[in-house]
Amino acid sequence: MKNAKEVVVEKSLMLIAFSAIFMLFLIAVFIFKEGSPLIFKIGLKNFILSAKWSPLEGQFGILAMIIGSLWITAGALVIGVPLGLGCAILLSEFLPRGITAFLKPTIELLAGIPSVVYGFIGVVVLVPFIRERFGGPGLSVLAGSIILGIMILPTIISISIDALQAVPRSYREGSLALGATQWQTISMVTLKAARSGILASIILGMGRAVGETMAVIMVAGNAVKIPNSIFNPARTLTTNIALEMGFATGDHRAALFATGVVLFVIIMILNILANYAFGKRK
Amino acid sequence: MRIDPKVSQRIMVTVLSLATGLALVILFFIIIFILSKGIPVLNWKFLSTFPSKMGKAGGILPTIAGTFILTLVALVFAVPLGVGAAIYLAEYIREGKTTKIVRFGADCLAGIPSIIFGLFGFILFVVILKMGWSILSGGLTLAFMVLPTIIRTSEEAVKSVPYSWREVSLSLGATKWETIRKVVLPNAVPGILTGIILSVGRSIGETAAIIFTAGSSLRLPTSLFDSVRTMSVHFYILSREGISMKNAYGTAAVLVILILAINLAAYWILHRFTKRNT
Amino acid sequence: MSKISVKKLDIFFGKTHALKNVTLDVSANKVLAAIGPAGSGKTTFLRSLNRLNDLNPDMRYTGKILLDGKNIYDEDVNPVELRRKVGMIFALPIPLPMSICENITYGPKLAGTKNRAELRELVEKSLEDSFLWDEVKDRLDDPAMKLSGGQQQRLCIARTLALKPDVILMDEPCSGLDPISTAKIEEAMTALKKEYTIIIVTNNTKQAARVGDNTAFFLMGELIEYGETGKMFTAPNDKRTEEYISGRFG
Repeated sequence: MKNAKEVVVEKSLMLIAFSAIFMLFLIAVFIFKEGSPLIFKIGLKNFILSAKWSPLEGQFGILAMIIGSLWITAGALVIGVPLGLGCAILLSEFLPRGITAFLKPTIELLAGIPSVVYGFIGVVVLVPFIRERFGGPGLSVLAGSIILGIMILPTIISISIDALQAVPRSYREGSLALGATQWQTISMVTLKAARSGILASIILGMGRAVGETMAVIMVAGNAVKIPNSIFNPARTLTTNIALEMGFATGDHRAALFATGVVLFVIIMILNILANYAFGKRK
Repeated sequence: MRIDPKVSQRIMVTVLSLATGLALVILFFIIIFILSKGIPVLNWKFLSTFPSKMGKAGGILPTIAGTFILTLVALVFAVPLGVGAAIYLAEYIREGKTTKIVRFGADCLAGIPSIIFGLFGFILFVVILKMGWSILSGGLTLAFMVLPTIIRTSEEAVKSVPYSWREVSLSLGATKWETIRKVVLPNAVPGILTGIILSVGRSIGETAAIIFTAGSSLRLPTSLFDSVRTMSVHFYILSREGISMKNAYGTAAVLVILILAINLAAYWILHRFTKRNT
Repeated sequence: MSKISVKKLDIFFGKTHALKNVTLDVSANKVLAAIGPAGSGKTTFLRSLNRLNDLNPDMRYTGKILLDGKNIYDEDVNPVELRRKVGMIFALPIPLPMSICENITYGPKLAGTKNRAELRELVEKSLEDSFLWDEVKDRLDDPAMKLSGGQQQRLCIARTLALKPDVILMDEPCSGLDPISTAKIEEAMTALKKEYTIIIVTNNTKQAARVGDNTAFFLMGELIEYGETGKMFTAPNDKRTEEYISGRFG
């Protein structure tokens, strides 16, 4: 026999849990409901393989934005991954625990700095530097990549340190006992053992780079044109939505939601990959 | 040619130190740069007066109010839902397919870009539910955005309470809910609080999701259906439209200080908690 | 009449048959020691007596457990009330993260005792009965976690006594303790059986010999032999009992 109060509590918690889950589900439903009809109307191929984006003439091709996102994200990884991994390896393998215990939360704290602040630094420091040094407008793929590369550093460093520290001590001791140097041990044993976690950190960092909006708007120039050099301005999927949402109506608005659908799918794929990488570690 | 392992070791340590040094210098540069340019702008007047000429002069009072009200509304919705859902997931259903799916869903949504939440909030709250650009629309959108974080951190916190305490409590004649209320929750509070504080940080720093749901009015709101402008949005508009660099730096400094304080608080709570239990 | 009467009890966890057709009577105001190697089902047996096995959703059972003639698995029995009558001490001392005093008043308060004087008296009486009062009387508001292991375990006993149970179950209560703390707990046990019926699960056959009036030997889920301790340790009926007691396996 259960007492009535217990049953009421359990049922209300269940209700709360399911409504929370339902709400989360709702997001996907609304984005797809608003965006997918337009994709069907003009055809998926025309939507993602055409670079012609002129909403006033009813042309909605987001190839330029897809390539823009691709360039800027790839650039962010080129900058963020080596720096972040290097930092993680040093912190986890070479520095004393005490210093790491202080630096890791400090770096994680930087993940909390609003993206507009990163974008602002880009505008006042980085963009003028690129303009003077390399010519062009300064607002460019390069500027976007550098800022995003910095923004994903805390994610990559923090998760990679966790992955490296999860490698059992005995692995390292075994390798060192066989006469390997510390670096040989790291490159041949520790990094291999931690590779799924490190991979997950990179994928999550990539997700953050693909999804970032405000910082990119501020520094990347936002031109609807496939960039052919890193000094060209570019527009990403996220910035396309943010820039035009304020005044879009009708098909134009639907096209922005459709851009959201594409973004949503990309992020889900990255999440599934990261989840898979994490799962493999266990 | 084979490089001597000792030489390669020395080379790699140097390279790694350079990478770490560069990463740390960049990250700290950002904070120091903003604070050094922004703090001179800060004074009581800046924090307590209305902006004039679209923010070219005057202070940032309504944006501070806007930030706090939006965050508060988000928490009012997200905390009970998130914590309730976490308790249910951790205590009432068995580890299995359902919990895995929910956890995966929450993880995925935690990674969804804020602009998508902005789109969602715009279409559902602003357009379909006709709430317009308002505190309610913006707050609800933020609530959706932080919900996954709150569910996940609370679930972790609830689960970290030793199972044996639950058994003991039940063996002493407590019901399941009494056990949760008197033993599990009090000991999960620090972890839950940390999740909430981090969510506050995320709400304060958010721009993309808010600009399309809460608008950017510079007036002090009088009802939940008024539009507000948060500090992040204000900072974005000031710098993007080149209205006033001086005030932009000032606003940024307030934001950065707030975020630093919030993260330190979260860290401090968690640290105290782990120390107490070992 | 016996205090507890177990009739043809079978317990399964999923596909594991943890307890096989156990029938056994426990007399009031006696100590029953349940012995047997790890995985023999003795702890499962103990945990069925206060229905703590119910926490495992894969648990199924057949048979009956009568407490004072009433089947504890009957529909109208509330496990919460049952657990107040059948208290339990766990293998490791597990104080709840509260003060010493709050640990003891936890159960009684939930059972509805609100009167402060009454609670106060209960704290003192329980701590005295578990031989802990003199050691903690000046620091009742200290966190229970600050006590030593042996003191914590006696606090756990006091906490159970405060429920005023009929039966006390002990699941290897001395496994984590040093010999001196163990002696103190055994001393408490001997004193307590005047008022309570005690069932203790132990890995230590010598402890069973010291404290048990009756002993039950479990092996692989079966109750092999059950009887008066003195007889069982001198002239066991079953060869396996003899082998286990003399330390040949286990």
